Amino acid sequence: MTTALRQPAVDMAAPRLEMRGISKIFPGIKALDRVNIALKAGEVTALIGENGAGKSTLVKILTGIYQPDEGEILLDSQPVTFTNAQGAIDAGVTAIHQETVLFDDLTVGENIYLGHAPRTRFGLIDWKTMNTKAASLLQALETEIDPAMRLRDLSIAQRHLVAIARALSVESGIVIMDEPTAALSRKEIDDLFRIVTRLKAQGKAILFISHKFDEVYEIAENYVVFRDGQSVGAGQLADAGQNEIVRLMVGRDVAKAFPKVDVAIGRPVLTVENYCHETEYRDISFDLRRGEILGLYGLIGAGRSEICQSLFGISRPSSGRLTMDGKDLSIRSSADAIAAGIVYVPEERGRHGVALPMPIFQNMSLPSLSRTSRSGFLRAAEELKLSRTYAERLDLRAAALSVPVGTLSGGNQQKVVIGKWLATRPKVIILDEPTKGIDIGSKAAVHGFISELAAEGLSIIMISSELPEILGMSDRVLVMHEGLSAGLFERDQLNAETLVRAATGNMQGQE
Amino acid sequence: MKHLLKNREVLLVVIIAVMIALFATRAPGFAGPKNLANIFNDTSILIILALGQMTVILTKSIDLSVAANLAFTGMAVAMLNAAYPALPLVLILGVAIGMGAALGAINGYLVWALGIPPIVVTLGTLTIYRGMAFVLSGGSWINAHQMTPTFLNTPRTMLLGLPVLGWVAILIVALMVFVLSRTGFGRATYASGGNPVAATYAGIDVGRTKFYAFVLSGALAGLSGYLWVSRYAVAYVDIAAGFELDSVAACVIGGISIAGGIGSVGGAVLGALFLGVIKNALPVIGISPFAQMAISGLVIILAVIFNARAERNRGRMILRAHSKAEGGA
Repeated sequence: MTTALRQPAVDMAAPRLEMRGISKIFPGIKALDRVNIALKAGEVTALIGENGAGKSTLVKILTGIYQPDEGEILLDSQPVTFTNAQGAIDAGVTAIHQETVLFDDLTVGENIYLGHAPRTRFGLIDWKTMNTKAASLLQALETEIDPAMRLRDLSIAQRHLVAIARALSVESGIVIMDEPTAALSRKEIDDLFRIVTRLKAQGKAILFISHKFDEVYEIAENYVVFRDGQSVGAGQLADAGQNEIVRLMVGRDVAKAFPKVDVAIGRPVLTVENYCHETEYRDISFDLRRGEILGLYGLIGAGRSEICQSLFGISRPSSGRLTMDGKDLSIRSSADAIAAGIVYVPEERGRHGVALPMPIFQNMSLPSLSRTSRSGFLRAAEELKLSRTYAERLDLRAAALSVPVGTLSGGNQQKVVIGKWLATRPKVIILDEPTKGIDIGSKAAVHGFISELAAEGLSIIMISSELPEILGMSDRVLVMHEGLSAGLFERDQLNAETLVRAATGNMQGQE
Repeated sequence: MKHLLKNREVLLVVIIAVMIALFATRAPGFAGPKNLANIFNDTSILIILALGQMTVILTKSIDLSVAANLAFTGMAVAMLNAAYPALPLVLILGVAIGMGAALGAINGYLVWALGIPPIVVTLGTLTIYRGMAFVLSGGSWINAHQMTPTFLNTPRTMLLGLPVLGWVAILIVALMVFVLSRTGFGRATYASGGNPVAATYAGIDVGRTKFYAFVLSGALAGLSGYLWVSRYAVAYVDIAAGFELDSVAACVIGGISIAGGIGSVGGAVLGALFLGVIKNALPVIGISPFAQMAISGLVIILAVIFNARAERNRGRMILRAHSKAEGGA
């Protein structure tokens, strides 16, 4: 642990930035509930929490994209309000985002200075000054990128440096790094940490958001833990063990709130053997049994959706074997998968799930058209009958089944998507983040429904980043970490800490 | 159901009727059945092209090569007729539709297999097809006296007060209503444009759907090639120059969303008729030919502005429809 870098000289000073009692409420969800956070000059504060704990909301408030509903932000002990992103930048708060927002076809210099480029006397872009300043910024980051190069020609790591240079191109005292290492290799992470160390030495206050404990302990002095929109713990990392932080992260009574019904698990329906993909995942094997809910847990980007998309024919594995009911199965397209009885309810239901301008019944019958049509011709009456069955079963509220899906509320659109897939009479249903972004009441309904499906003998793969959901609903859990399997856990072995440890690639256990 | 003016097709019918009534005050007889039949007949080819264009637009694509396809195919069948007068008309029609479909298939293949944006593909083939018409004819004209009477006169034959050309358009309209509402391909076009990702997840091959849409558009353009040449009794390289834009305009006026997934056969037909009425009326009420193009363009822009507003309104209607959703269907 490298906590020796701490500088006691500034310890006594007031924090550069302080957030007090910040709340943010979205319809149905309290994303942040009176959270407190303090950033000190010359120190790195790690913000730790599960997906959905409120970290991104906090970042958006700090960068002026959202305004808090309650609480105050103090900059050098003076209250400030950021009415928009520019307000935050003007106050010296700058952020490096996880997915860098840059422009492929602009030059490095333009990317760094987009929106605040130096101007000549005539108000035109001063290219010479811009490139000189960009070059010196990049030099400060110990890199030799030519500001005149197009971004397209840079490597991922170099782009990241450009993003950092962009963040530093404005005069800033507070730097937010939102999972900056997600796309970086170990060597690049080392380089990044050298930069962070230098920023610390310049007296900047840094908020570092990461899932990875080893990195947090390596670079940060302080920590704040978020859980369900609340700050549940803060302090100095030197005084806190890893287990304590994991406990703070997940600490709650799980498994009770979930209406998981015990179902007699049957024989294996789907067997995946050594599934590999050139770039996304490797050596994934599991089987899925009748009536089983298999949880698929991991950090975002661990390859969970990718493997499921291969099972559904959206992408193809480079090698591996798939059998269903003991017979070899080859899936080349989503149409093949649907025909074999595998369906995929994607994560962003608005984007992947429904065609908004199309009527409800046409959306619902879309994957089942072969069943509702006769000798190749569609029969609207059959389609209506099919969708009426599932609309009733799911309690879909709509003026008529012929109205466009776009006129429905979010929850009802969700029901259209689910009804559409149930109408195909699947054997295996893959649910990608089934309760993401919906309110607590609807969550329980969705969970009840998932249990019901399992009880009817469907086999379910449930991708989820929400630990309580995984713990509460799964018969077994496959944990993935960076494209590899990090363990398959039976229900009686399930506990939050084990899963988090496996998902964060931290298998050593106790300290 | 008191939707009345909210329904875009009804609204277009009303606008067209008002326009005809207004023009009739300036030019007596404009609203007479004979003149109306004449306008419809004049607009037939545009209707056919617009329906092909609409299918392509529904899949989030665009086909700028329809007029060039028409010219190339028209030239080819005119030369075929001139060279082999004994060939039956049915065969000529088969050649026109088949050749048009093949040219459409080239567009569709480039879009599907190579993933080139449709606007780029068809901008390229627009020039190529027109160039091929030139290569084929050597720049010379095929005139009426070189064509057989059957070739020339069949579309002009009157049937129940309307020339066969008009009946062909009606037949195509009926066919398109059927294809788009009753076949899997029709549903796939709406789904592919409405949400390509959701369509893929539902087992629809979006690329293949686009391919077929281009083939259909090409086939209709090929058919229009024959109809155009026989109607105007002449084939030369520049026939129907710029007509692809009229087909797009008819779609836009008819409420077919350029973003794909929204539109109806009725809308496209009314959009084409709207343009047809204006084109026929402007000379009749004595507007200078120089101003005619400008006025047509102005009207198209007005229709597009109206369209954009209608789409925005539809967005706002969500809440109203939702709060009203108490009633059953």
